Amino acid sequence: MGHRTPLYQKHLDAGARIVDFGGWDMPIQYQSLIEEHHAVRQHAGMFDVSHMTVVDVNGADAKAWLQYLLANDVDRLKETGKALYSAMLNADGGVVDDLIVYRRQEGYRLVVNCGTRDKDLAWMQQHAEGFQVSITYRPELAILAVHGPESIDKVCSLLAPDVATSVQALGNFKALEAGAWFIARTGYTGERGLELIVPGADAPALWDKLLGIGVRPIGLGARDTLRLEAGMNLYGHDMDESISPLAANMIQTIAWEPASRQFIGRAAVEQHRARQEAGELPYLTGLVMEERGVLREGLRVVCSVNGQEREGIITSGTFSPTLKHSIALARIPVGSTDCQVDLRGKLIPVRIVKPNFVRFGAKVFE
Amino acid sequence: MSSFPEGLKYAATHEWVRVESDGSVTVGITDHAQELLGDIVFIDLPKLGTTINAKQEISVVESVKAASDIYAPISGKIVAINDALIDSPEIVNSSPYGDGWFCRIVPSNTSEMDALLNANGYAEICE
Repeated sequence: MGHRTPLYQKHLDAGARIVDFGGWDMPIQYQSLIEEHHAVRQHAGMFDVSHMTVVDVNGADAKAWLQYLLANDVDRLKETGKALYSAMLNADGGVVDDLIVYRRQEGYRLVVNCGTRDKDLAWMQQHAEGFQVSITYRPELAILAVHGPESIDKVCSLLAPDVATSVQALGNFKALEAGAWFIARTGYTGERGLELIVPGADAPALWDKLLGIGVRPIGLGARDTLRLEAGMNLYGHDMDESISPLAANMIQTIAWEPASRQFIGRAAVEQHRARQEAGELPYLTGLVMEERGVLREGLRVVCSVNGQEREGIITSGTFSPTLKHSIALARIPVGSTDCQVDLRGKLIPVRIVKPNFVRFGAKVFE
Repeated sequence: MSSFPEGLKYAATHEWVRVESDGSVTVGITDHAQELLGDIVFIDLPKLGTTINAKQEISVVESVKAASDIYAPISGKIVAINDALIDSPEIVNSSPYGDGWFCRIVPSNTSEMDALLNANGYAEICE
């Protein structure tokens, strides 16, 4: 038996098929992955993501420490509630993890991945020396992500009127706190929605209320197809400690200025930038295959660079329920054209597109 | 819970076989197999009229999660295929033993049927 979230029984009640996910017993799907996917694109769905790791950072040096720890710069968080997506790099410029950091009234809140919890917490402690900072893991909190075009209205119908008004006014990538509830306009689907970080004891009742107003439970299977349609990376697949953020479509999350900010991995990623400009470091892009078949992680991509045959690899692939054909993220050489994927021994042509396939229910690439 | 209808024969590779009154056999994949695969999105069917050997790959099923080969449970000639699965592969999820059948085979060696499992035998290996 793995770790269980406060919503484990609710998943069983909803008919979930439970799988092991990073040591946690989590719902992979309830009835149909594709129906769950469409429910989020068209209406509203809820995901139990309480297995993810909430870490609160406080102390006089909280800001200075995060400016050292993260490749993105928390100085960009100009007001309380603002959120930032960032990589945490090692000295070689590999991605230790990707995370979201929120600025709070006092201090910051980080949400990091589930499978990386122990190593991340150790990494943070290890690099806190000399900083006046407290790093607090918050396992007693649950996270319920509610996403889809109807999601915000549905959540707001359950909130006190003044809180609901504030949540309706909340901008994208912003959060607010109402008592012990932390409500953020962030997510992993490419739809409007909220992530509700609440005391674990509050989660089952919240789940029941959302279920009662037609918010559908969504498993990790549809979470993956939704995030891939949205062109979002999955740690351990699209990047890891051996991969530069520049080779993982994360260059926008590196704050190069001010040049004086010495974050961990800075020297290495500056070299990566030069190597990528010289065509020596691959990049992460989107692939589309409109014929029958499904692109899958690990498949070989054969490309042409200035007439020379080169290779890349698919890092995430799936059938897109919205587009009704296959999509993938792939790491391929800079300057690649004429890509083909080795599908069961047959080379099938694929199209290179920006790694962003679906937003707000509709196709976004050319 | 997966269902294992009596009266069918099963291959350990998760295909089912039903003997029809004309001596041909209908072939599909089991409820257990469709559950494991999850939402099916593409099915490549065998070519009509081809002669196949038992345990030969005759079809590929792709779900959102995985690709899976389907093997002939018995040798013979393919005399019918279920074209409906090309545009609506999800029928296999909703009706694996009914409208989700794959193909019909005229067996060349009916003694091969003896090597297949009955419902209980197949249910045991699915546990």
